[in-house]
Amino acid sequence: MVLRWQDFKSDVFVDWCPGCGNYGILTALQMALAELALEPHQVVLVSGIGCSGKISHFVKVNGVHVLHGRTLPFAQGIKIANPDLEVIAIGGDGDGLGIGMGHFVNAGRRNMDITYLIHDNGVYGLTKGQASPTLKLGLKVKAMPRPNINEAVNPVIIALAAGYTFVARSYAYDTKHLKEIIKKAIQHKGLALVDILQPCPTYNNINTKEWYAGEDRIDPKTGKPTPRLYKLEEMGYDPVVHDLSEDFSKKLVAMEKAREWGDKIPVGVFYKNELIPTFQERITQRIPFYVENPPAKQKICDDAGSPITDVNVLFKELKVT
Amino acid sequence: MEKGFNWMTGGPQGSGVDTAANIFGRACGYGGLYVYGRREYHSNIKGLHSYFHLRVSSNEVSANVNDVDMLASFDAETVVRHISEIVPNGGIIVDQNQLDTKILEIPTLPMEFKQIFQEFMKENGIGTLLADLLEYARDKGIHVFEVPYMELFKQIASKLGIGELNKVMRMINVLTIGISFGLLGYNIDLVEKAIKDIFGEKPKIVEMNLFALEIAYEYAKNNFSKEFNYRLPERVVNEERIFLSGNQAVAIGKILGGCRVQTYYPITPAADESEYIEAHEVLSTKIPDMEAGLLVLQTEDEIAAINMASGAALAGARASTSTSGPGFSLMVEGLSWAGNNEVPVVITYYQRGAPSTGLPTRHGQDDLRFAIHAGHGEFPRIVLASGDIRECFYDAINAFNYAERFQLPVIHLIDKALANSSQIFPIFDISGIKISRGEILGEKMLEGMEYKRFAFTDSGVSPRVLLGTKNGVHWYTGDEHNEYGHISEEPHNRTKMMEKRMKKLETVDKEVPISEKINFFGEPSAKNMIVSWGSTKGAIVEALNELSREGYSLGFLQVRMVHPLPREYVKEILEKAERIIDIEMNYSGQLGEIITEKTGILMDFQIVKYNGRPMTTTEVYNALKLVLDGKAPKRQVLTYGT
Repeated sequence: MVLRWQDFKSDVFVDWCPGCGNYGILTALQMALAELALEPHQVVLVSGIGCSGKISHFVKVNGVHVLHGRTLPFAQGIKIANPDLEVIAIGGDGDGLGIGMGHFVNAGRRNMDITYLIHDNGVYGLTKGQASPTLKLGLKVKAMPRPNINEAVNPVIIALAAGYTFVARSYAYDTKHLKEIIKKAIQHKGLALVDILQPCPTYNNINTKEWYAGEDRIDPKTGKPTPRLYKLEEMGYDPVVHDLSEDFSKKLVAMEKAREWGDKIPVGVFYKNELIPTFQERITQRIPFYVENPPAKQKICDDAGSPITDVNVLFKELKVT
Repeated sequence: MEKGFNWMTGGPQGSGVDTAANIFGRACGYGGLYVYGRREYHSNIKGLHSYFHLRVSSNEVSANVNDVDMLASFDAETVVRHISEIVPNGGIIVDQNQLDTKILEIPTLPMEFKQIFQEFMKENGIGTLLADLLEYARDKGIHVFEVPYMELFKQIASKLGIGELNKVMRMINVLTIGISFGLLGYNIDLVEKAIKDIFGEKPKIVEMNLFALEIAYEYAKNNFSKEFNYRLPERVVNEERIFLSGNQAVAIGKILGGCRVQTYYPITPAADESEYIEAHEVLSTKIPDMEAGLLVLQTEDEIAAINMASGAALAGARASTSTSGPGFSLMVEGLSWAGNNEVPVVITYYQRGAPSTGLPTRHGQDDLRFAIHAGHGEFPRIVLASGDIRECFYDAINAFNYAERFQLPVIHLIDKALANSSQIFPIFDISGIKISRGEILGEKMLEGMEYKRFAFTDSGVSPRVLLGTKNGVHWYTGDEHNEYGHISEEPHNRTKMMEKRMKKLETVDKEVPISEKINFFGEPSAKNMIVSWGSTKGAIVEALNELSREGYSLGFLQVRMVHPLPREYVKEILEKAERIIDIEMNYSGQLGEIITEKTGILMDFQIVKYNGRPMTTTEVYNALKLVLDGKAPKRQVLTYGT
């Protein structure tokens, strides 16, 4: 049976603010899952804390709604135990780049075959509008008592430096583009990041839908707004590393692109490299049958409950007789 | 009390003290003897003092006594540090070239030590040099064996044709072992066998060490054999025996118990367990052509370690993480999530001296209350405390069975004294070991069923589905949730869900047999009842046996499942006692307080220790005797150890 995206809707009431960018992300994700013909039981959605964290309850796949900042550890634990699962971590920018930054960086070192989606809206919404790690220095969104005193981090650049092998950006209100990027991320062999720019209509009164659409920048010739976002794929940009020798230079180009902000903001795939071995491949070098017989599927006892592991070899090393 | 023969070797960290002890222990093992060895070391890589205190006996022993019968020193500091522990008629093996060392100028001796030692030197009229201290030792009847280490090294180097003396000097451990066994007149073949075990994969090194052994052994025999009376008897033992540490016992328990994912962040004294597992990650099974693997993952921190282990457990692998106090502190939020989501995850918690970084390489049992109470909110968990290395093995297996049967986090409390001590045992009996995975629903059973991960049940345990099972899509959340695992803040649901989770503590209490929760020694109706937990067991049991032989009425309640405390059983035993003596390796007597809290029974006497060194049989015996003779204060603080 071919599932439609509506089949990935759970029965739980979606309680985000009207106009929230999360709706676009939810729909794009459900569409991507349907188009990839994934079955709900094969997918595990691991979400963090904050408005975006609730998303795992709204999608009809296995949902693990975890702790603030800890989506990646849970997701990686699930994946190593059962590499057959399609594991998608999803959380806010505060979740992943503030409290969870240590995990964000270290996940890159492992390159597990999982997908990580970041809802990037520049604010902590559920705690009522504080600055998140991606809010630029000096900005003051409406609920902040003072302008932001910290510099912003750039998730695309950090992901590139940390070893993510697929790094992309998209926009919550461009559902079609986002869906395609999510599909590519899921299909990528290795750790994939999608930084999803997303207005928060309630607390971010600077990077609004209108701001992204460039409504403050009317083209005098056409009288129409000049959107801030542009698509890398439409510029002939090639993110793919075809040979390891070009890896570093491709990364540098991607980083240079990722620095663009303000009037011109690129979306699309910045970097893709499937030549770096995934964690699963690295483990297989050491434990040859890891993929066929992963931890979660190993038989550990016989029908009578007796352990089937043989520890006599270990005892033998310790013998003093 | 059979004290056995007590050998100590010491020197700067990184100079081969551990290897020396390992060789000595194995050599004794091959001679049919039993050994208990305690390793003491600084939080330092090279240079500070470390030592190994080995007790050799013809019976199984699992604690030290106060005495040292033979001290095999690598350096002057070892003699200075341990001089007061050596018994009259005991022996000191010392490097002749060290005799002119000025005691108070040894750079690695800390100020606090020097102050006390200066007093000791003054009181006993000891001069400034090591030679003066050795003179004092001779006056006490201690045999001093001055050995020209450097001459022997030169002799070895020239005979082996090795130009660099440094290479030969590395064998200082084997040199002192050779002298020791030469003095003891022990069968050198057994020592050679042990050396081959240790350096087995490097034939050149084996050859060098065997040669050094022989030179040293002969030197001792030719020069001192008449001066030293101790002899180590060789015994014929038919049973198979193993020599292992607590870290290894836990690791093998986990492997046998079906653990398949282990996460960890490096920390003393837990990391050795994970490294042992990683070195043996490809496992053999009893099924032909079937291999298994235990995946060890070093994480970026302990927060990742606990949460990755929980993730792996949700996917269906038996998963655990190992840590010590500072790491467990970081895991606490994850523990609370695991409790709320009924995750069968095992945390092996190696205690060390705390608070904060505390005594990173020293012993302590400071964290009983922390293990029981850690985590915001109320949720069920099991806390197991092993009393010796053998129990570490069986409890490591039990921990997974409890975790999966009752679907809750299990904390397995161990401590530095168990982790880093090594002991000889008859090979562990694994014939009766069973694995119980609890109720898991598969694809077929789920067909046509509306699965609820947190369905309300009488026992509090809901049938589990592993992530990825067809027909079994389900949800988890750290929020309070309904039966489906979706967020719910409804008061009625909250009450029921709290009760469902907490109900498991009663289920555990009912279903786990008392034999897995309590060990009892001595007379059940004794007038004097000891309570304790963890690695104090060895010293207490031995002291109890001795005091019972002397006619005292004594029992010992060793609590192995400290949470949920088998309160009815504990109460019944303690109510009958006239005197309750709480023995613990912490300041407050934490188990005593918990027993009082749960049963209303007060502890009459406290014997505690918190100097970072485990209790010895001698200390426990002496302290108990004072209590039994009515001469003890309410609280005794033990202080033995260097």
